[in-house]
Amino acid sequence: MPHLPHSSPAALTLTDLPGPDVTVRRLRHPGRWISGGLVLLLLAAIGRAFAVGQIQWTVVGQFLTAGVIVTGFGWTLLISACALVLGVALGFAFGIMRLSENPILRFAAWLYVWIFRGTPVLLQLLIWFNIALVFPRLYIPGLVDERMVDVVTPFVAAVLGLGVNEGSYLTEVVRGGIGSVDRGQKEAAHTLGMTPGQTMRRIILPQTVRLILPVLGNSAIGMLKFSSLAATIAMGEMLNAAQRIYFINGAVIELLFVCAVWYLAGTTVLSIGQYYLERHFGRDAATASSDRRGFWAWVRRPAARGEA
Amino acid sequence: MSLAVKAVGIRKSFGSHEVLKGLDLEVAYGEVLCILGPSGSGKSTFLRCINHLETPNGGYVWVDGSIMGYALHRGALQELPVKRLRAQQSQLGMVFQHFNLFAHRTVLGNVIEGPMVVRGLSRDEAEARAMGLLEQVGMAAKASSYPSQLSGGQKQRVAIARALAMEPRVMLFDEPTSALDPELVGEVLEVMRNLARGGTTMIVVTHEIGFAREVADRVVVMIDGEIREMGAPQQVLSDPGDPRVRSFLSRVLA
Ligand SMILES: Nc1ncnc2c1ncn2[C@@H]1O[C@H](COP(=O)(O)OP(=O)(O)OP(=O)(O)O)[C@@H](O)[C@H]1O
Ligand SMILES: [Mg+2]
Repeated sequence: MPHLPHSSPAALTLTDLPGPDVTVRRLRHPGRWISGGLVLLLLAAIGRAFAVGQIQWTVVGQFLTAGVIVTGFGWTLLISACALVLGVALGFAFGIMRLSENPILRFAAWLYVWIFRGTPVLLQLLIWFNIALVFPRLYIPGLVDERMVDVVTPFVAAVLGLGVNEGSYLTEVVRGGIGSVDRGQKEAAHTLGMTPGQTMRRIILPQTVRLILPVLGNSAIGMLKFSSLAATIAMGEMLNAAQRIYFINGAVIELLFVCAVWYLAGTTVLSIGQYYLERHFGRDAATASSDRRGFWAWVRRPAARGEA
Repeated sequence: MSLAVKAVGIRKSFGSHEVLKGLDLEVAYGEVLCILGPSGSGKSTFLRCINHLETPNGGYVWVDGSIMGYALHRGALQELPVKRLRAQQSQLGMVFQHFNLFAHRTVLGNVIEGPMVVRGLSRDEAEARAMGLLEQVGMAAKASSYPSQLSGGQKQRVAIARALAMEPRVMLFDEPTSALDPELVGEVLEVMRNLARGGTTMIVVTHEIGFAREVADRVVVMIDGEIREMGAPQQVLSDPGDPRVRSFLSRVLA
């Protein structure tokens, strides 16, 4: 009688053992095929629904490259870039202050984070936009003396609102990055005679930047999307431009889809950039550089934490 | 012999824990002093007080004509601005147990950092001198490697070269071989032995009794934040008077 496969392993005697090139049969995963098939079916259904739904796809195509939309997207990019630069500058300034020996500087940085991370960006945008109600004139002796409404244009309000808010997040990131450079290197720099400023600039910050570059990728993607909030303060970026068009022609969904296409294009480009940035500077730079599978590896990788 | 370092009544507490209980020590130029003692007895803290990585709560350290961290002004110690303190600290080369190399700099970059940034040397001059020092510690071939690519023994030899690059009056070592695999200890001790032979003034916290016996001019045994024994190595190591020192030594020599 032949041995049955479920007989206990102890029953396998040495004489029964197969040769080294014995065939191996892998376990089958019918569940994966079924779930995969179901999801494909669902995707097809959704795709069909949109194809036959009440959307004039020709209008979408028509407005995709309309001058107003493209200009609007240009503004979107400009706001995002300026706000990101402002955010990074503030993040570094307050992140360093957060770790200062001076308790008052530490407190000021804490206050900044507390206020701007603790209130909605949209609210902050509206406040910046209406700041002239509080301070009718901007007066710095010998430098500026102008009406606030002339200084804080919708563009300036958008950059300030988004940048100052982003800065409050990056402050915490920079603080964490600085804290992760081990104290020993700082002490070594001190014993060489380097001042705190030299130590910060030459030893700590260069290593911090490596750690936070990948985070900046996420920030850039987030910023591109959050810049759409500027539409509410009459800044003529893409979403605002789209709104103004559909108030006239009524093609609401079509124009919103046009925006979606542009935002997706923007975030995709940024994500690809972020992938290469991460591969270059990531914590596991050594493993990443031996893992040059390029774009498709990026597409298939599991989503990073906090990526939305 | 002229004095290089004189520590006077050094006391240090962390919170309510008194780690150093009033230490006095004198080290002459050209002398090699080894500090031994059980773990937690305050050896590292003492060394870190000497170069003001920790500020003592009491007492002061005189190094080569000035008091670390202070200026004597009308009979009182006036705290110095950080820049002047750093200038004093650069007179004392420090080698750490965990190397503390700058991770984002190459071996050469680590060694030229101090001379360029603090002494204002040109890159060419700093590099030429750094290569000489790397030669001396046997690391010239690895000049363009990054610390993460080195073994512990190699890292420590680079750290020694980095400290030497500032041409310090005194070299301080805090258990330079304790973090190393046993087979890598020898190469670091060899470098230190050569320094000692060349007349470098050294204060070495170590668990290497053999090194202390062979190289040290004087040995200090610290227990519970106090110096319990001080003298020539053969005297302290073979015939300590203090019973606690005797029991410590019998444990480490066993
Ligand atoms: N920064 C600090 N904060 C609080 N306590 C500290 C600090 N540094 C050292 N201590 C305490 O001071 C005591 C002496 O520490 P120290 O590192 O000087 O001992 P050590 O003799 O060098 O020991 P080891 O041989 O283990 O290195 C220990 O009890 C330690 O916990
Ligand atoms: Mg120690």
